[in-house]
Amino acid sequence: MNYHWNWTFFFDVTDDGERYYQWILSGLGWTVTVALFSLAIALLLGSALGVIRTTPKKWLVWIGDTYVELFRNIPLIVQLFLWFNVFPELLPKAAGDFMKQDLPDVIPAILGLGLYTAARIAEQVKSGILSLPRGQTNAGLAMGLTLPQVYQYVLLPMAYRIILPTLTSESMNIFKNSSVTYAVGVLELYFQYKQIIEKTNQVLEITIVVTAIYFILAFSVNRIMALIESRTRVPGYITGGAK
Amino acid sequence: MGGFDFTVITANWEFLAKGLRYTVQVTLFAMVGGIFLGTLIAMMRLSSFKALSLFAAGYVNLFRSIPLVQVILAFYLIIPIALSIFTGQMKPIGADNSAYFTFTIFEAAYYGEIMRAGIQSIPKGQVGAGYALGLNYGQVMRYVVLPQAFRNMLPILLTQTIILFQDISLVYAIGATDFFGAADKINQRDLRPVEMYTTVAVVYFVICFSLSRVVKQLQKKIAIIR
Repeated sequence: MNYHWNWTFFFDVTDDGERYYQWILSGLGWTVTVALFSLAIALLLGSALGVIRTTPKKWLVWIGDTYVELFRNIPLIVQLFLWFNVFPELLPKAAGDFMKQDLPDVIPAILGLGLYTAARIAEQVKSGILSLPRGQTNAGLAMGLTLPQVYQYVLLPMAYRIILPTLTSESMNIFKNSSVTYAVGVLELYFQYKQIIEKTNQVLEITIVVTAIYFILAFSVNRIMALIESRTRVPGYITGGAK
Repeated sequence: MGGFDFTVITANWEFLAKGLRYTVQVTLFAMVGGIFLGTLIAMMRLSSFKALSLFAAGYVNLFRSIPLVQVILAFYLIIPIALSIFTGQMKPIGADNSAYFTFTIFEAAYYGEIMRAGIQSIPKGQVGAGYALGLNYGQVMRYVVLPQAFRNMLPILLTQTIILFQDISLVYAIGATDFFGAADKINQRDLRPVEMYTTVAVVYFVICFSLSRVVKQLQKKIAIIR
């Protein structure tokens, strides 16, 4: 094998005066930023959608179902390209031009990833709520709570605990999926990975390092979620998957 | 920009169809290969040999924690290096070919976890009964456990295949011409983003939505049998 190992190239100076390891760190920073903001959007919107899909109002259920089907059945990269290349054309000219020229790429990228993930979280929130005994809603209503209060104090606190394991894997997914935003110009970790390969050709070293970083990221998310899981556990209640 | 220009699509439908065919081919290849490999990995993971189960757990955890785009690019670049150990010379294998290999290896980790759940859903007593009848491990797996595990997990395996079908679009990372790649290349030449990307989105939606309906029906059918 005529591959030349060179583990010290990470400290070499790049074209723009920084060092390669600094490129990796800045990529990691953007990966975490994109993932966390998208996750926040996905949790808020996903929860709202999940809730309305379990209400008695038919048209609310329809909105929620349609959203989920739409965003689940189109690949993420296609969705991002729609937001970047198609959506601005449908807007009034001034708004479209602003989006194409002045808006930093990372903002629509975060929105795109958040909206995509919201569909998956909506599905989980819905199944969490539906897994609770029907009697809980009725008991809440019989006690004089309004339907929003039943959701706030009775259903959602338990539903979230039940779906924490699946939320864990979705949070890990969003870190992985944030890599797709490189295609629309976000300078996150995968973008830097690709760029460093193009500049240095040290494929194996950089692959090992970036793989390790993604692995540690996924593992950290997993541990943080496990911590939340054990902190929020209701004594005497088995909420599956807890370790 | 003007209105929605259908002629861009009709003029290029052959190129788009070729891309879609490639997407379907990689999906089917990786599904068959991935389920086969995934079943082996699931059996290894559940085996009592520590080395085998550790290897399988490592395989699954590794591929499930790194982004697919990275795997696609890394394999595309590393396979020629690895092959050069045997052939002595570096020869690129082509983006289109490397995707078949990458997706099979990558999806095996996901299919493997599904098959593991399927195997574990079979009551232990059935394995014991099989041994009591004089079957060996291979026979118990082949005639007793796997057929049932496979049937129980069929809806989930198919759901994973729908995800795989969508994930093929990430070969964009290495410039292979799948369905999305074809549309993207046409757009680079003709500059019709609205028509091209909307078409891709609509076609993907129709295919994936219909398939997920089929899976739902199947789920109901299987639920009755059990």
